[in-house]
Amino acid sequence: MNVVAKTETGRALGDAFAVVRDRLPGKGKIADQRQQAFEAYERSGLPHRRIEDWKYTDLRALMREVLPLAPAPDAAALDRATAAIKLRAIDGVRRLVLVDGAFAADLSDLGSLEKGLSVRPLREVLDAGDAALSAQAFASDISNPMIALNGAMATDGVVIDIADGTVLTRPLHIVHVASGTAPVAMFTRSLLRLGRDTGVTLVESYLAGEGAKAYQTHDGLIVAIGDNARLDHVRLVEDSVDAFNISSATVTLGAHAHFNTFGLTSGGHVSRYQLTVTCAGEGSKVETNGVNLINGKQHADTTLFLDHAVPHCASREIFRAVVDDRAHSVFQGRIIVRPDAQKTDAKMMTRALLLSDDAEADNKPELEIFADDVTCGHGATTGALDESLLFYMRARGLPEKEAQALLIQAFVGEAIETIVSDALRDVAIATAQRWLEARA
Amino acid sequence: MSLLEVKDLQVRVEEREILHGLSLTVNPGQVHAIMGPNGSGKSTLSHVIAGKPGYEVTGGQILFKGEDLLEMAPNERAAKGVFLAFQYPVEIPGVTTWNFLHAALNAQRKARGEDEISSPAFLKKVREVAKSLNIPQDMLKRGVNVGFSGGEKKRNEILQMALFEPAVCILDEMDSGLDIDALRIAADGVNALRSPERAMVVITHYQRLLNYIVPDVVHVMSKGRVVKSGGKELALELEESGYAQFEDAA
Ligand SMILES: Nc1ncnc2c1ncn2[C@@H]1O[C@H](COP(=O)(O)OP(=O)(O)O)[C@@H](O)[C@H]1O
Ligand SMILES: [Mg+2]
Repeated sequence: MNVVAKTETGRALGDAFAVVRDRLPGKGKIADQRQQAFEAYERSGLPHRRIEDWKYTDLRALMREVLPLAPAPDAAALDRATAAIKLRAIDGVRRLVLVDGAFAADLSDLGSLEKGLSVRPLREVLDAGDAALSAQAFASDISNPMIALNGAMATDGVVIDIADGTVLTRPLHIVHVASGTAPVAMFTRSLLRLGRDTGVTLVESYLAGEGAKAYQTHDGLIVAIGDNARLDHVRLVEDSVDAFNISSATVTLGAHAHFNTFGLTSGGHVSRYQLTVTCAGEGSKVETNGVNLINGKQHADTTLFLDHAVPHCASREIFRAVVDDRAHSVFQGRIIVRPDAQKTDAKMMTRALLLSDDAEADNKPELEIFADDVTCGHGATTGALDESLLFYMRARGLPEKEAQALLIQAFVGEAIETIVSDALRDVAIATAQRWLEARA
Repeated sequence: MSLLEVKDLQVRVEEREILHGLSLTVNPGQVHAIMGPNGSGKSTLSHVIAGKPGYEVTGGQILFKGEDLLEMAPNERAAKGVFLAFQYPVEIPGVTTWNFLHAALNAQRKARGEDEISSPAFLKKVREVAKSLNIPQDMLKRGVNVGFSGGEKKRNEILQMALFEPAVCILDEMDSGLDIDALRIAADGVNALRSPERAMVVITHYQRLLNYIVPDVVHVMSKGRVVKSGGKELALELEESGYAQFEDAA
């Protein structure tokens, strides 16, 4: 048996799970799966630096405890959430809102759904006992303790189905809001299933309501992209700088499917995003790009696991980190090319920009190649802003911070420009701009 | 009052003294040429005037319109009207020339308490200047100096000079890397900016440039000092006899 010293917190959480178990949606088999997931979590507790995948993000040291489950939001909480959403509203999207881990129908756009689109709260789906769907929602690998915990505790989420042949022009926008001042944890899990020959854009945002500070967001997204389908995905982490965001996405692509994802993390005290992508169908294409813009004592970890399981798939990663003050950015990118996955074309490029002597960036690219006829490559650089460029710009009249801002924009621009939608690219640019202005 | 006054300037780089008490007085309307062999400290002087970090001024003064220039940040100097056309202009990938110039001009205007210039007004202004310097429009859409030839980079420096309308222009080896046609276009651009209020300091290794930009005063620099000053005929004299005589004098 694997004996791991358990913290006080681990025990407290065990008691908490016993208490909330009956409030969690899904009975019978689902309840059993939750129990198994919780036990899997309990066996290791919060991951720590001696576990290779968590070397740079020691949750035992950084997070210390899992907070109690957030209560269902009351009217005041929904009002605060509404205000937060308004500040970050994106035009032209269908908004689906989760407040404190509960689907908020009144804040969501559920009217006149396009033909072929179905949107349901996870709680409803689990209560209704849709066995196949429930199985899919809880199928993720519970060897990652935080994904296991998320499965055990998930209170709600959004289940989105896109029927074969449906191409949606209006993006879907899942907004996670922490409403208030109580230090609580919220656990959500969402499911997105794209049928064959479909296309959709999904935006995910994480926001804090006024006064929301040291909360914890635990989110999981499960995506199945059918043959010939395309998903464009933009993820914006703008949590409070005292908050924790421990999230994962697990994406599977069918044949000739295309997944383009971009993540921007500017919020959160500690964030960890584990993205697992499996190319399960031949001829699929994956673009995973991202930007971290962090300062103060922020810690932002993006961990990518890309599995080339079949031949003729292509993947590209462009990751940029801008790290100021004492902040710490982590990028781990592991690409596996299985023995059968001939003609794989995989490239990964990560660059970090350190704006202060105390800033830290860890880059860990890993290629594990078991096929011989492949094109794979990766590169990683870490450095400061170029002094000679800064001087040239200042000699033209730009104050130092403005000159830096232009160089930083250019640096992150290489990743941001991979966003296909003009409107969403502008949203990402505006988010970066806000960060730069706050710095000036 | 003189526009630019360098008084007994002593400058060190990494513990080594490069300028050993250099003096220079530039009045409005004048064009000064500074000539000297490689390594005599010409670029060092231009960098210290513009405020480049890494130089230690151990003695002397630089006054601009009577104000202490050494107390000012590089961007403040630019806003006051000091302009350096670089010997080696840098490339700035991802920052379009257009964006950069607009931001820089507005930063200067803001520092002077002037209104910002709108995009359309700026566009009009840049287009006019670019046209006069034979700079194609699409160069403005590219990253600053990215993929520019040596000549294009120098022309881009002159473009900026025309745009910012500085009081003192220091041109560091603007002729290096230019063929005769490119040199003529750049020199015409510089000459067009000559005015009774403005002064220019033209740094060059070769006399050739001074056929196109005719100076009022010529200084010979050697080993970190001005060793001789005179009229434009001094440049011709140098062309014939070379720098060797001054190297010994220094
Ligand atoms: N950053 C530096 N570090 C060390 N030495 C320098 C540096 N910059 C210039 N120098 C030295 O200072 C002297 C003058 O250089 P410079 O001003 O570039 O001369 P010029 O422009 O006249 O050719 C040279 O000997 C050069 O090697
Ligand atoms: Mg020089």
